Amino acid sequence: MSAPNKQYDPVEVAALSAEAVAAARDEALAAIAAARSLDDLKAVRVAHAGDRSALALANAEIGALPPQARAEAGKRVGAARRDVAQALSQRQEVLESERDRRVLEEERVDVTLPWDRAPRGAEHPVTMTSQRLTDVFVAMGYEVAEGPEVEAEWYNFDALNFPPDHPAREMQDTFFVAGPEASARSGIVLRTHTSPVQIRAMLTRPLPLYVVSPGKCFRSDALDATHSPVFHQIECLAVDEGLTMADLRGAINAFVEAMFGEGLRTRLRPDFFPFTEPSADVSMECHVCRGASTRPGGAPCRVCRSQGWIEIAGCGMVNPKVLVACGIDPDRYSGFAFGLGIERSLMIRHGVTDIRDTLEGDVRFSRAFGMEI
Amino acid sequence: MRVPLSWLREYAALGSDVAAGEVARRLTAAGLEVETVEAVGQDISGVVVGLVTAIEELSGFRKPVRYCQVDDGSGTPRGVICGAANFSVGDRVPLALPGAVLPGGFEITARKTYGHVSDGMICSARELAIGDDHTGILVLAPDAQLGADFVEYAGLADHVLDIAVTPDRGYALSIRGVARELATAYGVPYRDPAEQDLPADVAAESADVWQARIEDASACDRFVLREVRGIDPAAPTPLRMRIRLARAGMRSVSLAVDVTNYLMLELGQPLHAFDGSALAGPVVVRRARAGERLETLDHVVRDLDPDDILITDSSGPLSLAGTMGGVTSEVSETSTHLVIEAAHFSARGTARMSRRHRLSSEASYRFERGVDRELPLRASARAASMLAALGGGTIVPGCSHAQAEVPTVTITMAVDYPDRVAGRVYGQATVARRLREVGCAVVEPDLGAAEAGEAGGSGTEAAPGPGERATGRFARHEHGRHNRGKLRFTVTPPSWRPDLVNPSDLAEEVIRLEGYENIPVRSPRAAAGQGLTSRQRLRRTIGRSLAESGYVEVLSQPFVSAADIDRLGAPEGDPRRRAVRVANPLSEDEPLLRTTLLPGLLRVLARNIGRGSADVGLYEIGPVFRLRSSGPGVAPILRVDRGPAVAEITELNGALPDQPLRVAAVLAGEREQSGWWGEGRAAGWQDAIQAARDVLAISRAPSRITEGTPAPWHPGRCAALFVTVDGDEVLAGHAGELHPRVVSEFKVPARTCAMELDLSAILAAASLAGPEQAPRISAYPVATLDVALVVAESVAAADVEAALIDGARAADGAAGLLEQVRLFDVYVGEQVGAGRKSLAYTLRLRADDRTLTTEETEAVRDAAVAEATRRVGAVLRGAA
Repeated sequence: MSAPNKQYDPVEVAALSAEAVAAARDEALAAIAAARSLDDLKAVRVAHAGDRSALALANAEIGALPPQARAEAGKRVGAARRDVAQALSQRQEVLESERDRRVLEEERVDVTLPWDRAPRGAEHPVTMTSQRLTDVFVAMGYEVAEGPEVEAEWYNFDALNFPPDHPAREMQDTFFVAGPEASARSGIVLRTHTSPVQIRAMLTRPLPLYVVSPGKCFRSDALDATHSPVFHQIECLAVDEGLTMADLRGAINAFVEAMFGEGLRTRLRPDFFPFTEPSADVSMECHVCRGASTRPGGAPCRVCRSQGWIEIAGCGMVNPKVLVACGIDPDRYSGFAFGLGIERSLMIRHGVTDIRDTLEGDVRFSRAFGMEI
Repeated sequence: MRVPLSWLREYAALGSDVAAGEVARRLTAAGLEVETVEAVGQDISGVVVGLVTAIEELSGFRKPVRYCQVDDGSGTPRGVICGAANFSVGDRVPLALPGAVLPGGFEITARKTYGHVSDGMICSARELAIGDDHTGILVLAPDAQLGADFVEYAGLADHVLDIAVTPDRGYALSIRGVARELATAYGVPYRDPAEQDLPADVAAESADVWQARIEDASACDRFVLREVRGIDPAAPTPLRMRIRLARAGMRSVSLAVDVTNYLMLELGQPLHAFDGSALAGPVVVRRARAGERLETLDHVVRDLDPDDILITDSSGPLSLAGTMGGVTSEVSETSTHLVIEAAHFSARGTARMSRRHRLSSEASYRFERGVDRELPLRASARAASMLAALGGGTIVPGCSHAQAEVPTVTITMAVDYPDRVAGRVYGQATVARRLREVGCAVVEPDLGAAEAGEAGGSGTEAAPGPGERATGRFARHEHGRHNRGKLRFTVTPPSWRPDLVNPSDLAEEVIRLEGYENIPVRSPRAAAGQGLTSRQRLRRTIGRSLAESGYVEVLSQPFVSAADIDRLGAPEGDPRRRAVRVANPLSEDEPLLRTTLLPGLLRVLARNIGRGSADVGLYEIGPVFRLRSSGPGVAPILRVDRGPAVAEITELNGALPDQPLRVAAVLAGEREQSGWWGEGRAAGWQDAIQAARDVLAISRAPSRITEGTPAPWHPGRCAALFVTVDGDEVLAGHAGELHPRVVSEFKVPARTCAMELDLSAILAAASLAGPEQAPRISAYPVATLDVALVVAESVAAADVEAALIDGARAADGAAGLLEQVRLFDVYVGEQVGAGRKSLAYTLRLRADDRTLTTEETEAVRDAAVAEATRRVGAVLRGAA
């Protein structure tokens, strides 16, 4: 038989009673729940989970119990302490996230404020249009050919089958470059079109030849809303065996669809350019109304002036005389060419109404188009 | 060319139901672009042929006024007030009755004026919109039917087509030519007006007619004179003729002038009438002699050039051939004896003369574009007969006819040539028919073969046709490798189509008449292109990069004045003074082409600032133009009947000025704007120089920066930039702040900054750079060391940096430990002493294969500093 534990102290045992442990736990839980801030919670932690807290003290008493009572008391106190610790950590989490929310709330700003410290730049819409037009041709396998803006008359006129003194030459309102003596002609002009680049390309590149040439041109037109002494053209030239007007039409259609919209029809009408024969002007179906303005009851169209068609380019089969002047056998090779005004293209596609806007360099004009056109 | 539709209908048997708009569409589709269709005479009503039965001259008014009694056909005269006095009792006049509507919606009512009720209005030509004559009322022919509706009587209701005739189609500058196209377009019969009302033998010559001679056959190859005597100089021009002239845009002058103009419009043959009483001796066509002068009808006395083509008599020059008559032989209001000239002048000669004298007339316009050589005999015959009939004169039978032989043009064309141009098969019969519609004589190779060709057969072997051996410039077609068609047409173009000389000209005729809309579409086959060249890509990238860093692109006009170069302060002999001069500038103030982009950019900058855009950065990429050191060149005009030789091309290109591509930028105002965030930052020299450095960095051309001073820069705030091409360092350009004087000359804000670089040189340098080789990216830790170096204030930071880099590289050998040198502070002040500055750099060192030790990094640093000390006298700050 075992003897009673002599050290058994009824007073001390009271602290480990189920009621006392539960009371301490409940008190701790209530305090935790009542903590309004992380500082509050810190005080609660010291008071109810610290070394001097009721449950910590109770825990220390366990060793004083008779061995048979220790397990049960230990389980009881341990559970209570776990409850308190868990409550503390949950509360901590809640309060921390409340604090974070408050801090982030305080850091809120007006995200719609402008931050345009650096001024905005822009490429010129003529440049962007030129590049875009060029890229359409480059995608079809054309290469970009270039030539000088101050050009020999032979390239600009003679080789392109503008005979001397022919009215076609006079129609071009040419700027002539002064020669060494004031009266004598220099044989040099400011190029009136990009077509001399055709001649340069035919003289320097191997055949077959597919080139596109964008560039600046000059005509001695006084500046007004629709005329400018300085303007830009782009033209393409293909010289190969067996090219026909059917190929020309195919190239024009591909180009118009890429630039102005799928499915737009084109129309050729006879025209005259010395360097092409036959020659034609090219109109495309109005990309805005697609002809609706010409039908009964159709709303008027500002872009095509309710004509349904917009003239965009000149074209034709390379005149065999031009091939001859470039040393190309016209019995073996044929070619086609077509060209258009870049400003005109800009006017059609973007509603520019005054060509002077493209010349004056007002930053408001160019900035409006941004970096892509 | 303004063409009344009624006139066309006279020769093209068009159905009466065909609308003017449709006519316009068809003509345009055939190559005669109708720009406008104007309905005329359709807005007039209530005007009748009236008879003046009494005239009462009213007095007491400020101008003469008449109160007339005019019978409107009802037998009861109406009282009408009229201010004109060019008519008398018994004259027939257009009378607008009350309720009548005149052009422009002008309504006539009975109203009281000058003390009488004016019960209608007697009309002038201008009030009826059939001329600009408002000096008197329009007196009608005595046979005009009293009371007839005037619109019907005069045939006023019409449409006028305005046709833009291209310069190759001279024949279409006539009713004759347009009517032919119209008849072809509609497939209806055509009457050639040149074949109407001719004498039995149009070419009959007579010694009784004023004699004529051609002295220079290169100036004129046919010259015809006819004479009409006893003309009543006051004979009126018939109303319908006047109306047609007015509709075509010509003024009615006198019967003689009106008839010649009328026939020119109808046939396309310019005619000239001389006053026969003013002529002396035979009429001779010749070139002008030195010192000759002529006063033309516009009362300008012209000094003649030996190249001018003249009509002369024994007294000297009478007129500028085919361009304008002279005053001495002008037909006047007393001329009763007319000598009519119809000729075929050289197109080129007329063009040159017209250009030389800055004198363009209806006649020269037509001669330049080609007139039918077969017209002079016919047109002059019609003129004589019309003048005799309308002016009561007598024709001197026959004509004077001088001519020079002109070779006939025949063209040999493969039957399938139009097919090969268009990309579809037309067939021999169609081609021949279309060419005949144009007026060509066509000899077909073989009728049997023609049918086979029409059926689409090819390779038909047929005996050579009669035209096979015809000579022609394109006879080489017979040997063309791609000449699939073995059959050939021999085509003789009509006399009115001097523009048809090659097979391609004929092909165009066939294709346009068959309709451009019937040309098939073949999808493009991709060509084997290589895309943009690296130079083209680089140029784009540089532009885009400048735009992305806040600069706005400008395409400024290239015209400048010598003063612009002066304003830049360019010294004598500066290459920017080697400007190309335009012989015919738009503005005499700006006759030069730019030699630098800056004046244009500064002008645009000032414009933007003037328009309220204060913070502006602009850039431009484009060529400038500089005379070669040899001065202005003369480019030869090479032949065009074969390809040029290499030497010819070299000579041609060598005559052109230098045209290097340049890039420039200007900026003023704030580079970083002020805003709610606080103060901004003014644009400065640093920005301009950085823009230049960015361009060089993008190009990857090896470059160097140093201090520069030339105009137009601020001498202390200008950088010179260099690139290396083929081992040679060449100047790429300058950047910095502009000189204060330049700033004020160009009226741009103080401290405006700029840069300008020779992009051609940079692109050349860049093209040698080759593909960039990738750096090795080490994952080992970086070692960072800061050094502050004290140098004299005049030492360039770029030189210090270069010394540090070279020193470090020399120390670490091939290891390449130095990753970056970065200047992070510049200090000037007491602590470093007067005339000195402290530059603080961070050196970042890293090895590929290990963590660097302190000893290693310090050794590199010390070597770098030592090199800076050696080169620029740098002293480690704190060590002094």
